[in-house]
Amino acid sequence: MSGRLRMQKEEDGAAEQTPRQAPPLTKPAVPSYQPAGKEMENEISRDSELYSQSAVRRRSRKFRSRLAYCLCALSTVIAMVPLVLILFYVIYQGAGDLNLSFLTSLPKPVGESGGGMGNAIAGSLILIGIAAVIGVPLGVLAGTQLAEYRNPRLSCVVRLLSDILSGVPSIIVGIFVYTLLVLTFKQFSAIAGGVALGILMLPTVARTTEEMMRMVPDTLREASLALGIPRWRTITSVIIKTAGGGIMTGVMLATARIAGETAPLLFTALGSRTWPTGLDKPIASLPVQIYQFAISPFDEWHRQAWAGSLVLVLIVLFLSIGSKIFFGRKMKRAS
Amino acid sequence: MRRRLGDSIFAFVVFLAAFAVIALMALMVYELLRQSLPSIEQFGARFLISREWDPVNNVYGALPYIYGTIVSSLLALLMAVPLSLGIAIFLSQFAPRWLRSPLGLLVDLLAAIPSVVYGLWGIFVLAPFLGKTIEPFLADHLGSIPVFRGPVYGVGLFAASVVLAIMITPTISAISREAMLNVSRDQKEAAQALGATPWETVRMSVLPLARPGIIGAVILGLGRALGETMAVTMLIGNVRQLNASIFAPAYSIASVIANEFAEVTEGPHMAALVEMALILLFITLLLNLLARLLVQRTGNRAARLKGRPFAKNRP
Amino acid sequence: MAGYIATNNLGASFGGVQAIENITFEIPANKVTAIIGPSGCGKSTFLRCLTRMHELVPGARISGEVVWDGKNIYASEMDATEVRRGIGMVFQKPNPFPLMSVADNVSAGLRLAAGRMSKARIAEIVERSLKLAALWDEVRNKLHKPGGSLSGGQQQRLCIARALAVQPDVILMDEPCSALDPASTQKIEDTIDKLKKSYTFVIVTHNMQQAARVSDFSGFMLSQEMGEPGRMIEYGPTNKIFTTPERKETENYITGRFG
Repeated sequence: MSGRLRMQKEEDGAAEQTPRQAPPLTKPAVPSYQPAGKEMENEISRDSELYSQSAVRRRSRKFRSRLAYCLCALSTVIAMVPLVLILFYVIYQGAGDLNLSFLTSLPKPVGESGGGMGNAIAGSLILIGIAAVIGVPLGVLAGTQLAEYRNPRLSCVVRLLSDILSGVPSIIVGIFVYTLLVLTFKQFSAIAGGVALGILMLPTVARTTEEMMRMVPDTLREASLALGIPRWRTITSVIIKTAGGGIMTGVMLATARIAGETAPLLFTALGSRTWPTGLDKPIASLPVQIYQFAISPFDEWHRQAWAGSLVLVLIVLFLSIGSKIFFGRKMKRAS
Repeated sequence: MRRRLGDSIFAFVVFLAAFAVIALMALMVYELLRQSLPSIEQFGARFLISREWDPVNNVYGALPYIYGTIVSSLLALLMAVPLSLGIAIFLSQFAPRWLRSPLGLLVDLLAAIPSVVYGLWGIFVLAPFLGKTIEPFLADHLGSIPVFRGPVYGVGLFAASVVLAIMITPTISAISREAMLNVSRDQKEAAQALGATPWETVRMSVLPLARPGIIGAVILGLGRALGETMAVTMLIGNVRQLNASIFAPAYSIASVIANEFAEVTEGPHMAALVEMALILLFITLLLNLLARLLVQRTGNRAARLKGRPFAKNRP
Repeated sequence: MAGYIATNNLGASFGGVQAIENITFEIPANKVTAIIGPSGCGKSTFLRCLTRMHELVPGARISGEVVWDGKNIYASEMDATEVRRGIGMVFQKPNPFPLMSVADNVSAGLRLAAGRMSKARIAEIVERSLKLAALWDEVRNKLHKPGGSLSGGQQQRLCIARALAVQPDVILMDEPCSALDPASTQKIEDTIDKLKKSYTFVIVTHNMQQAARVSDFSGFMLSQEMGEPGRMIEYGPTNKIFTTPERKETENYITGRFG
């Protein structure tokens, strides 16, 4: 067939073929460019200058592209360095002092060896619990409003505000709760700390709930409504159940975020050297304890701070890696 | 009838929850405003430019704190932005596909590490390291510029900025990466078909279209840096001064609040601290608003470019 | 002429799915060659293989050879960016750089390839390319407006001007008019007709009237079944393909029995 094509070409008197071995990019040596305007449309020629610089230019462009690639890869590597270093130091400095008694006993006064952060770990769990009791239902309900009740004006404002709320520095939330609860009841308390953390949880939970509910196909809603199930039952039993796994990852993510929060607890939960005694009393927490020990002048306390950090980092990494893997799987299944 | 009642009750509860978000923000602004009113009334604009901070005579000026906050955050941006853009470009354009999400996850983990752990690491590892190596090097070679003049302490503005840079890198890189991924393939092919190298493709097609998203990411990073408390408090040195050298200890708004707030209960001192929180709140609100709008704009534009631009001509 | 391209046993796949297979084909210089066939037969993939665009798709694999200017463009010493500059491409959906000005759009490839060039020289080539693409009269006063502000038909001609400005040997067009109105289509066809003295064109189209109007040679591609790789069934001078095709499948397609 190709023979026929060639014959056809010869019949047409088409341009003769240049020998195939012709070196690449050799152009007519004489620049045959003609000034614009003058019979331009009939005679279209190649500009030799476009090719003359080509070899050098090509190499420099290639080099720049490689350089950019290397710099970008290097940036990524550089970002890994602190991650690796922090994990290394937390394990290296903290693992030695981490044992069962660290997890279960009270801190010892300066000068005595041993002791632990049992009260701080218990306190953190209590605080996270209070935060979840406040933040999760409120966040899930607000997310439901965004996803299921399409009230454009309200949704727009709520969405924007919850995004902004997630950018508000956590210490400001601490001050807010201080003026709201601590000043009013004249008492630092676990409740106040929990409320502050709950407020910080709210936007993450609300937005993931919204996203997850939007992924529930409309057919499911329609099917349920068609069965005569009222809308609120449809939402609470069908939709929240279907989106439940995804909402859980949002809660985990939010928990990971607040588990390490220190600043909002400084003047709400305050801190304590004893076991938690009541929700209306100041309460210890892991991050605050780490902070106080870290800035103290005592070596034993520094070691305790490292061990506490190891516990905290393990909790936070477990929560955030877990939720990310879970979330990734969720997204993949939905798409 | 019962059914409709159930529906309206549930709708009302859900509405209440959504409204709570709005109420919460409003209440927050109101409370801070109310508590800082004495300070606003007493000091007015002088509060922002005075460097006096005297709890005994109740005279307060926030300038050193504002200075420390802004300088440490801008220094952090200076380091974090190029790094984050490199990461975003690498993870959205250059890296082999199988490597992208594990690397992305690792960068995200930087954001998961609690601030107080950064602070601990900063005090005992980073600051001594900076104080022994990089800071003396810069002071020796660039010391004629006041910014790099010694003495070096390790702990100070520079150390705080380095930790801030590490902390905001995941935020900036993740959001700009998202913006870059939003640039559609045919926009990149436009450059590639002209013989653009991979880097030229990024410069011609990806960066211009992702620019609002990238700027939004940088602003969000700035907002995060301005409000970051623990790591900065532990590393900035907590000395109330205006010193041109970035190696000198300084103070920031968030750190003075963290250090002093628990000890005061009322009066002008507390009002002054709350007023600083209010300033910080307003700045971060504005920055966040701006950033969200910009990030949204990239998303919209990407959506527009992905759809056919002139649907009306289609058969 | 350097506008001559031959493929030798070309095959391409993505994600493990073979899109085209065993295509041995010749594209004569300074002619318009149309690639026709039903949708899903791998026409676009074939076209993209001719200028090393297919390999940019994740999971893409290519086998066989594409010989251009006496060299296999897939040979290891060949530079893909150099191939893409010599063999330009215009896409189905107009894709000007939306934020760049019209003039900068046209000179974008030029500025990459040629390094330092005087502003006047660039302006000259921009003007010439826009004239060749029959767009100059419409945009001469809008050269500083962003490329995204033009109409769809204008955007596509802007893309043609942009491809012309780097002075390639070959211009590949992937259904360049499928998203355009008849008036714009007419203008683009006129442009092709005018330029074919100096450029080699390869046009993928599923508009058979268009193939008949603009092309000198045609190749008919078909994948025998859904999911089967596309092959080149028949090729030859357009008038022969359209009047007396040798293969039954070609005739069926031309006469509109399927596709």
